[in-house]
Amino acid sequence: MKEKNKEPLFHIVKRDTLPLHQALGIRALAILLALILCGIITTITTGINPIEVYRSIFTGAFGSVRKTWITFQNVSILLLISLALTPAFKMKFWNIGGEGQVLVGGLASAACMICLGNKLPNGVVILCMIVASILAGACWGFLPAFFKAKWNTNETLFTLMMNYIATQLVAFFTIVWEVPKGSGKIGIINQNTNVGWLPQLFGSKYLLPIVVAVIVTVFMHIYLWYSKHGYEICVVGESENTAKYVGIKVEKVIIRTMILSGAICGLVGLLLVGGINHTVTTTIAGGQGFTAVLVSWMSKFNPFTMIFSSLLIVFMDRGASEISTNFGLNHSYSDILTGIILFFIIGCEFFITYRLQFRKKTEKEEQ
Amino acid sequence: METKTAAVSMRNVTKTFGSVIANDKVNLDIYKGEILSLLGENGSGKTTLMNMLSGIYFPDEGQIFINGKEEVIRSPKDAFDLGIGMVHQHFKLIDVLSATENIILGLPGKLNLKEATKKVEEICQKYGFEVDPKQKIYDMSVSQKQTVEIVKVLYRGADILILDEPTAVLTPQETEKLFRVLRKMRDDGKAIVIITHKMHEVESLSDRVAVLRSGQYIGCMKTKDTNVTEMTNMMVGHTVTLNIDRPDPVNPKPRIEVEGLTVRNEEGVVKLQDVSFTANSGEILGIAGISGCGQKELLEAIAGLQVTEAGTIAYVEDDGSREMLIGMDPKKIAELGVSLSFVPEDRLGMGLVGNMDLADNMMLRSFRQGHSPFTDRKQPRQLANDVVESLEVVTPGISTPVRRLSGGNVQKVLVGREIASAPTVLLTAYAVRGLDINSSYTIYDLLNQQKKKGVAVIFVGEDLDVLLELSDKILVLCGGQVSGIVDARTTDKNTVGMMMTRVGGEKNHEGEE
Repeated sequence: MKEKNKEPLFHIVKRDTLPLHQALGIRALAILLALILCGIITTITTGINPIEVYRSIFTGAFGSVRKTWITFQNVSILLLISLALTPAFKMKFWNIGGEGQVLVGGLASAACMICLGNKLPNGVVILCMIVASILAGACWGFLPAFFKAKWNTNETLFTLMMNYIATQLVAFFTIVWEVPKGSGKIGIINQNTNVGWLPQLFGSKYLLPIVVAVIVTVFMHIYLWYSKHGYEICVVGESENTAKYVGIKVEKVIIRTMILSGAICGLVGLLLVGGINHTVTTTIAGGQGFTAVLVSWMSKFNPFTMIFSSLLIVFMDRGASEISTNFGLNHSYSDILTGIILFFIIGCEFFITYRLQFRKKTEKEEQ
Repeated sequence: METKTAAVSMRNVTKTFGSVIANDKVNLDIYKGEILSLLGENGSGKTTLMNMLSGIYFPDEGQIFINGKEEVIRSPKDAFDLGIGMVHQHFKLIDVLSATENIILGLPGKLNLKEATKKVEEICQKYGFEVDPKQKIYDMSVSQKQTVEIVKVLYRGADILILDEPTAVLTPQETEKLFRVLRKMRDDGKAIVIITHKMHEVESLSDRVAVLRSGQYIGCMKTKDTNVTEMTNMMVGHTVTLNIDRPDPVNPKPRIEVEGLTVRNEEGVVKLQDVSFTANSGEILGIAGISGCGQKELLEAIAGLQVTEAGTIAYVEDDGSREMLIGMDPKKIAELGVSLSFVPEDRLGMGLVGNMDLADNMMLRSFRQGHSPFTDRKQPRQLANDVVESLEVVTPGISTPVRRLSGGNVQKVLVGREIASAPTVLLTAYAVRGLDINSSYTIYDLLNQQKKKGVAVIFVGEDLDVLLELSDKILVLCGGQVSGIVDARTTDKNTVGMMMTRVGGEKNHEGEE
């Protein structure tokens, strides 16, 4: 009975907004703790020196100039998809169809490369690819938005289903365009003529997506925080009734925003097909449409924070492949490590919003 | 002097949220067999104090004694075990469950609905509640839901009851019913705390009054030894005058003409039927009626937010030319040059965006101005500063999210923004709901200022006394129909009350017999 009268060990108390450096400090501490825990687990389960594991994760991502470029290229693709999804999420529109929007964008550019490749000059083909991929992505964004605005359908299911349609479309056209017949894949498109291959910037084949990502990041930041559209998105997301009350056309904002969201995804499809892979497969988006959801939320919809979030995820992913080859560990092993790190990063948000207040021994001690 | 036993004693209770001190060394005694009114302005810490008693917050410092024994209340469950039950301002019920199911929700032991129903019925009989234990929550009126909340607390054996603004959503009749029940419970030896802003309720119901001001305990006295002015002065900290001004209308001209307006809601139920009236410039048109009688639909129809079925709404310019407002959305109405301001009932759900700061909320009306694709944040910031200063809004700054402000301050922000656009028509729905007496009078003053400027003010109110003192004319709604339009200067509370319950009021009543 005595126990019952005791004050509990600690209380959860909401904090005021923390100063930026403290919030960053907590996050850094969380990553450090996560790495230590990962090290302990590595040693216990595999007996490998964790420092070695970390080193090879790092070499995997930044071990050579080429590896570093590829890392940044991957970061920019993931970042672009995250940026594309962000306005929809800010509007509380659960767009989990990034995957499909990227795929149709890619499919559209591949279609231009294959069908127009021999008929039109290179510049015109590329122009067609840009327009087609953006339109295709926008269309994939428009459909769920239109149904949501008109009949209030559930956008989560709708966008998810659109992913499967996109995958099936790509699968279908893979058979139509397969080279050679019966191989079940398209292979590198226009390998001899390079028609429709996006140009290299400053002689680097990795730079184009990075430049596009930088431009879109800045654009998205300005669009969301300083434009009238961005303000409308925010109001609609917070309260549809308030939006109607001030005469914002909610349907229009939903459709407009999703067209933008889809269009940027379509652009990513263009970069993947025209700039990086020069072919299209059903797995070309590689699940990044879903990873981007995580990146966008983890960064609290802040475009600049997304740079770091996507860097972290790509870094871990690239490192993962490296340790699986170096130590003969399964690729899932690095997924476990990524999981632990993400858990700490997301979990530390709790300590940024709340603080624990421990029981005071006596009144005097407190003073 | 006190012969009664203290059911609850709070000693030096302090609670801070970040840098804000919500309660500062508060001492409070609650006695059995007594109804205590807890008074204080918005944000003075009444609800926080009671939340500590009911286990929602934990005090930073201080002790709580229950029946003379020091206790630690760590959770709502601890509070229930000590016999403390709180009925919150916002009901915490599950819509698809029945009354009984809600009442026994979360209780340990086997589920025995039959027995529970019997016990619920017993409680209802004992205190005179009218609840059908099998009725689903979604079928219930606000007052019935509240009854379920109270029964829920009693079912768990509470003998210390806390009610947070229980009458804010009730009609006068429902309030009377609630008070009868509360008196019965008091006579049964229960300790009751009621938080309210309505002074006449304090006077008619409570035995004792305790006053808080900015988190500090100011004093406590017997209700019969005090009066409204003294209580208000204690709450506010300085002398206030409680007279509602009613200047005579200057040169009133028709401004809004509504003719034969009929509105159905989404379920197809008629909410307004053949409503016609004229609102004049320079006048306050009060709208009275039991809640849900079409007030909301009427205002929203004028503001362009409600689909109408029949009838017309015309805006009359000074020179007599007319603009039809029907079928237009708020943006089109604004583009016509009609300056119409609307203070809706649901402040954070409709008028403001809770998560945005003051400056961004000021922008809601004006962000479209100019051709630039970018928003201009300088003017809204200026406006926010002006509103904070002129209406004495209590806020840490203009970049604080609006939802963090207390109810009265939220309303000041909303009203401040709406009148800043120099409207010619001002629609307000329950403008003082949940506001303390001082803020309420600030709002009345603001409305009167607008009236003097020649604005046509339409004021939907729930407090008949205020309607009668403030309005020039009163339109009484009953079940979506116009029950009558009366001159507020010559009519009385009784007449309006009768008109609220029966179309045409007493005259009609006699005619039918």
